[in-house]
Amino acid sequence: MTSILTRRETLRLAAAGLAASALPASSSAQVPRAEVAPPKLPVENGASLRILRPARFVEPDEVIFRANTAKFQQATGVETRVDFVGWEDIRQQTAVASNTGTGPDIVIGWADDPHVYVDKIVELSDIAEYLGKRYGGWSFLGEKYGKRDKSNNWIGIPVGGTTGPIVYRKSAVKEAGFDKIPNDHAEFLKLCQGLKKLNKPAGFALGNAVGDGNAFAQWLVWSHGGYLLDEAGKVAINSKETIAALTYLKDLYPTFVSGTLSWGDPSNNRAYAAGECWLTANGVSLYFALKNDPAQRAIAEDTDHQALPFGLVGKAPQTATMLNAMLFKHSKFPNAAKDYIQFMMESEQYDPWLTGCLGYWSHTLRAYGKSAVWDSDPKLEVYRNGTDHQFWSGYKGPITQASQTVAAEYVLVQMCASVASGEATPQEAAREAERRSRRYFRA
Amino acid sequence: MASSAQTMQQAAVVPALPGWSSRTPQPSWLVALFDWKPFLVFVCLLPAVGLLLAFLAYPLGLGIWLAFTDTTVGRDGQWVGLENFEYLFGDKLFWQAVFYSVFYTGTATVGKFGLGLWLALLLNHHLPLKSILRAVILLPWIVPTVLSAIAFWWIYDPQFSIISYVFVDVLGWRTTYFDFLGSAWPARWSLIAANIWRGIPFVAISLLAGLQTISASLYEAALIDGATGWQRFRYITFPLLLPILAIVMTFSIIFTFTDFQLVYAITRGGPVNSTHLLATLAFQRGIPGGMLGEGAAIAISMVPFLVFATLFSYFALARRKWQQGESND
Repeated sequence: MTSILTRRETLRLAAAGLAASALPASSSAQVPRAEVAPPKLPVENGASLRILRPARFVEPDEVIFRANTAKFQQATGVETRVDFVGWEDIRQQTAVASNTGTGPDIVIGWADDPHVYVDKIVELSDIAEYLGKRYGGWSFLGEKYGKRDKSNNWIGIPVGGTTGPIVYRKSAVKEAGFDKIPNDHAEFLKLCQGLKKLNKPAGFALGNAVGDGNAFAQWLVWSHGGYLLDEAGKVAINSKETIAALTYLKDLYPTFVSGTLSWGDPSNNRAYAAGECWLTANGVSLYFALKNDPAQRAIAEDTDHQALPFGLVGKAPQTATMLNAMLFKHSKFPNAAKDYIQFMMESEQYDPWLTGCLGYWSHTLRAYGKSAVWDSDPKLEVYRNGTDHQFWSGYKGPITQASQTVAAEYVLVQMCASVASGEATPQEAAREAERRSRRYFRA
Repeated sequence: MASSAQTMQQAAVVPALPGWSSRTPQPSWLVALFDWKPFLVFVCLLPAVGLLLAFLAYPLGLGIWLAFTDTTVGRDGQWVGLENFEYLFGDKLFWQAVFYSVFYTGTATVGKFGLGLWLALLLNHHLPLKSILRAVILLPWIVPTVLSAIAFWWIYDPQFSIISYVFVDVLGWRTTYFDFLGSAWPARWSLIAANIWRGIPFVAISLLAGLQTISASLYEAALIDGATGWQRFRYITFPLLLPILAIVMTFSIIFTFTDFQLVYAITRGGPVNSTHLLATLAFQRGIPGGMLGEGAAIAISMVPFLVFATLFSYFALARRKWQQGESND
């Protein structure tokens, strides 16, 4: 990496503190890339850019992102400003920018945002195709969220994604008589029952937790072959697969640690760290929190990750929360903006960022699978292809704002929770979920 | 002012000048305009009216307008008439939120006023360290709601609750942790308890102020007449406290009915929507859910309840004529 940077840039990175010092010096050397001619994007005279993106996960996420942006400014002379906003606010700010036609040129928003604002954003096929050719192609979710539905037109550049596999204590799973997490539903149930008997129970969020709650509910439905929407985008949640999934939950739920019906997003992290819960699903953050805390070192050593049980579908029924960059038509400097996105995805910039994020974000361009970060700890393996899962929010339908609403309204989570709590039968719960979903998917 | 200036001017020009005319010079039109009282009133009111229009009337009007459209975050809506209300009318979750809002307000108000009045009566006595005690009592009300909500969130946590810890690990009276927020009714009561805790100081301090306006001579007279403690409370304290009680209760009902932070921070409306208040449901549907129109419709549907509660407090508790210094009919 250092060989590519000029002396001044190296100094700048060093000045950025953590950024430069935290990086393995040779990281980007491992990322293979093809020599492809970049699209011709003459940067407009006097261009300046404003970029909006969600707040950082870990400190290097922001520090390196800013350092890379400074490099861009240095190289092109384009004045560039990045604003980091809270995860829950960025969607509203994007909406305002889109409706008023002012504000940031580029928004690095959530997965489906470009699909919502498709009329207001610039097509990005030129840089997406260039990046795909140069870096070994796009991952499944990268392509899914990058391209407009049923077309080859790229409307967003997925920057990264975060996914939540099973996080478990090796010792407890072994004690329950398993070497790893079984993919079969009946076996998985047996594992959870065994853990419960050992008083080392599993736990998955069934409360109003946007991330963890939806991930569990989606796993439950998808792993039984159910889905929210059919290919045409019609609500198909009230199916015998969903009912089978909910019936299974009636057996599974009693094996959970108590209180999961009120769990929010941070609850499973806390319960796991306190030794109350021995198997859950989460992003890599949980593992790092344990690893970096000397008092929790033993739990970190005993922890491992595995993809969510396949169930009936033969592949991990999970998705990823994606960062998706889009360029608004109201930008006065579209070439500079495209150049910026492309610049940030090139390995000189992207690989240090990916590495600095320690696996919190999984890459979307396949070549970065060779990045040093994924070999830095064998327990990160399952996150390496985090954006290659074959499921998405609103699976199997097209990506729309409504599928986001279904997630934000906890429709599937509450369907599961009402069965787990005994308030509703699987049939009633599926019907209610169908009724609510239909409302959001009405024309 | 103007007329005296004119007389002075006339006095100054007593030695008649050639071409002098008796016409008094007209004040400029601007001065005349500002001398015109209706205009002056209008101009002076303008800043206040402007502020009210911009920050009260416009948002309220917009909210009402949104309630009749299908606006979502990121897309302008179209007029859909009563469609949002029709959907809500058939929506179990909405009625659940209506029920819990009314129940929450009713129960918490009774709790707050019962305990608040009791506390006020205690504080009205001469106690050692009275001032410090009064300051301490106000603490729950001074702490920002979100902070106290987070404190309660920990208190009610299924794994790390202090109450569970005391009962299970210290006293050994139970073998399992309390599951405060895991099912509907325990969660509802837990939130009401948190709301009462937070609301007591406001009631207690307001009523204490009311108690201190009651003249001590009334009590002395009652003592001479041989009234018991209960009779003194029933026939002196309570009637004289009623006017302030009515005002405080109106405020309290409005604050409780529109409560948002406690519920949103502790349960987010869970488990399975059983603790949604209308305010949290409106926010949930409107902002995270993105259905601005439907969220606005829920918010607007709170208005009749609030109007009713306000009217009730005023007419049921505060219509007695003695408030204006007359005796009861």
